[in-house]
Amino acid sequence: MKLLSRKATCNSHGQDSSYFLGWQEYEKNPFHEVRNPAGIIQMGLAENQLSFDILESWLANNPDAAGFKRDGESIFRELALFQDYNGLPSFKNALVEFMAEIRGNKVRFDPNNLVLTAGATSANETLMFCLADPGEAFLLPTPYYPGFDRDLKWRTGVEIVPIHCSSSNGFQITGSALEEAYQQAQKRNLKVKGVLITNPSNPLGTTMSRDELNLLISFVAAKDIHLISDEIYSGTVFDSPSYISITEALMDRNLELTNVWDHVHIVYSLSKDLGLPGFRVGAIYSNNATVVAAATKMSSFGLVSSQTQYLLSVMLSDKKFTSNYITENQKRLKKRCDMLVSGLKNAGIGCLKSNAGLFCWVDMRHLLISKTFEAEMELWKKVLYEVGLNISPGSSCHCTEPGWFRVCFANMSEDTLNLSMQRIKSFVQSITTDGDSRNRRQTVRNSRRRSLTKWVFRLSSYDHEPER
Amino acid sequence: MGFTSSNQHLLSKIATSLGHGEESPYFDGWKAYDKDPFNPTQNPNGVIQMGLAENPLCFDLIQEWIKKNPKASICTAEGVDEFKDIAIFQDYHGLPEFRNAVAKFMGRARGGRVTFDPDRIVMSGGATGANELIAFCLADPGDAFLVPSPYYPAFDRDLKWRTGVQLVPVPCHSSNDFKITKAALETAYEKAQEANIKVKGLIITNPSNPLGTILDRETLRTLVSFINEKNIHLICDEIYAATVFTDSNFVSIAEILSEDIACNRDLIHIVYSLSKDMGLPGFRVGIVYSYNDEVVNSGRKMSSYGLVSTQTQHLIASMLLDEEFTERFIIESAKRLATRHGVFTRGLAKVNIDCLNSNAGLFCWMDLHRLLKESTVEAELALWRLIIHEVKLNVSPGSSFHCSEPGWFRVCFANMDEETMEVALQRIHTFVHQKETVVPTKNKKLWRSNLRTLSFSSRRLGLDEVALMSPHSPIPHSPLLHART
Repeated sequence: MKLLSRKATCNSHGQDSSYFLGWQEYEKNPFHEVRNPAGIIQMGLAENQLSFDILESWLANNPDAAGFKRDGESIFRELALFQDYNGLPSFKNALVEFMAEIRGNKVRFDPNNLVLTAGATSANETLMFCLADPGEAFLLPTPYYPGFDRDLKWRTGVEIVPIHCSSSNGFQITGSALEEAYQQAQKRNLKVKGVLITNPSNPLGTTMSRDELNLLISFVAAKDIHLISDEIYSGTVFDSPSYISITEALMDRNLELTNVWDHVHIVYSLSKDLGLPGFRVGAIYSNNATVVAAATKMSSFGLVSSQTQYLLSVMLSDKKFTSNYITENQKRLKKRCDMLVSGLKNAGIGCLKSNAGLFCWVDMRHLLISKTFEAEMELWKKVLYEVGLNISPGSSCHCTEPGWFRVCFANMSEDTLNLSMQRIKSFVQSITTDGDSRNRRQTVRNSRRRSLTKWVFRLSSYDHEPER
Repeated sequence: MGFTSSNQHLLSKIATSLGHGEESPYFDGWKAYDKDPFNPTQNPNGVIQMGLAENPLCFDLIQEWIKKNPKASICTAEGVDEFKDIAIFQDYHGLPEFRNAVAKFMGRARGGRVTFDPDRIVMSGGATGANELIAFCLADPGDAFLVPSPYYPAFDRDLKWRTGVQLVPVPCHSSNDFKITKAALETAYEKAQEANIKVKGLIITNPSNPLGTILDRETLRTLVSFINEKNIHLICDEIYAATVFTDSNFVSIAEILSEDIACNRDLIHIVYSLSKDMGLPGFRVGIVYSYNDEVVNSGRKMSSYGLVSTQTQHLIASMLLDEEFTERFIIESAKRLATRHGVFTRGLAKVNIDCLNSNAGLFCWMDLHRLLKESTVEAELALWRLIIHEVKLNVSPGSSFHCSEPGWFRVCFANMDEETMEVALQRIHTFVHQKETVVPTKNKKLWRSNLRTLSFSSRRLGLDEVALMSPHSPIPHSPLLHART
């Protein structure tokens, strides 16, 4: 008899994808300004490391929050014993207010509709368990966050059916793409339970237009299915157009008292906006009382540490802190994004115009040897092993067009970002020549042969070398 | 929301089922407590919470340690240099120092008789998350685990709800102090086979909840040879390991493995947590420790759904690496639990109420047979409601633990202060004296043997109802939390 479950022995955790392999290579040879200046620079990690100083200075001024104290009195005991899955009221209050503030206070949230979870990872899985049975499906616009393959499908048995988006219109969702995806699901005999969008988008770094949002709302209303809006990057909108959250879009259409209001659910987390992924703070927000009730019970499997809830309740209740943080953080993100965009432009590489997120969606189609995913993989490996940058290939995000890459800009110092831009520039120069396209093709073919050998050599040396 | 009918078809079967177990009638006790919580000054006639297996007896030691070690909190001036690194660390392997610290603590809680490998430690959202995780790793929907009864009610939720796994009870009886017998295991296993249910493993809780007893070496060896013979897994929930308070002869499954025994180690897994031993349920520190590499590997990926906050990992790592502290803590905690247990059991003995002989856990397994009108679950529940509403004590009836004999109750003794314990005992004394005047006294021995014959025939009633409930506190308000609010 097979010893382990099917879940434990299958590949649905998705960890064999290139997205994770790049990380592994980085782990083996991580860049360090002093100790390993030739190492691989991590640009595949959507982390926000830009505003820790603001957090640290708040902590220095608020010792009680970390010391299990309230007004100078110890509340250690209370926190140590607090395992109520309804969550610390003061934390939920502060969190919904923070969420509202991020949305320019154009909407209000009720803390009773909020369920705390162990990160957005857990929030997304929990929503699947609540909304779909094994074998049912959710539609997701491509490209999408690779982790969804694990979070939405692995233990739940739910399927993902892609809504294909293309560069021809900036990867926006169209009505025909939605319909086509729905039909595809029918063909595969999959009952569609909903659509899941990430807004702002990972990996695109763009916010959805009002038209797209309205399209989605009408679509889910017509099909009587759910809409999940993963708004984990909502606090990272640093440029126009300004952010329209799903709640705002619904309210602007006066849909509060209709069926669809009950079928829209929001996922949030403090991992990106506040840069605290280690603290595992995620949330589900829903106006559907049954979903809130079921999700709350399920949150037992991944509650947020009371120690963390308390610390953050104090921090997020400090309105001076939150308003300063939100503004300053967005400013810094914009600056970084601009740096990356201009650095890439300098190397003759364009990006999708973006206004949010911790990354850019970079267009390297012109550097592909052929318009194929094999060529994309080749290019990715070159960039990883020769240029020493771990970036995420579009195929790992299920993009339908080869040649796009997600490149993160907020998880390193400015100097490191500059260095990565220099490396990219040298690399592009080495595989292209200015002007003569015939020469370029020949050079590309030659360099392909050369670099292929280099690449093969490099790979085999990795096979034999022990871990550094 | 007025759209419940449209909700039903749009939600999953899991979400709309009762698999979470919270619709059970056993929540009457919690509700009664929530409505009318005891407070020595503000509400001296309120319900005393004795259904909550919490361990706050040594918080003073922990608080003292925290005060003396400000660096352990990354948010204090002393510790803030580490803040950034800790805050961005989301590796599901966990902080290495955290795993080292937990492995060390687990060894120390077992008297240093065994050591644990930090690389086999997988994090989870409390033991709740750990139990669900191990079920996902070892069993497919429809498969089953054997579980000796009486057992912790929330296993019904944790092991079954989202996993689709079944539980097959292995009944234990008071006639041999609820020990697990090979015969009972074999019978349960065969029954499952006959019903075409694939048994993937056996899950035990050692020390036991609700019994408060520890398994002896012989029983453990019997279990190991049983699972080896059937080639099924053995999951040992050792969440109460450090609550053994007299005769530290607690034998962990880890110790059995280190002895001369033929065993496929790939079948052995331990579930652990700091919620009981250290009294820190709020911090959600759950652990899956497996001797099976594949399970560690797969489990680690699954732990993404319930990682421990790094803020907490860091604090716990610092605390548990302080070996002088942990040694002192474990000894002192055991002492205080033993004292409490003594006070409580002696108090019960004064009115001739027996408890199962126990030396671990945060509760007693109290025998109230002679107060039952008849030996049925209904009578037990009637007595239980009496205890809640008239005696004003929230205790947990044995049927909620799937006990096969009516009349047993789990009563927690560690989650209140000494004065409250006195009040509780006083109320019990009063109640027993009152009841004696109503129920004609019988010869105790005769009563017992009658009970036994009765229990086998009348027991089967209410099993379905029993199967659904889970009075394990889903909303466990610490009485102290309540007192503040």
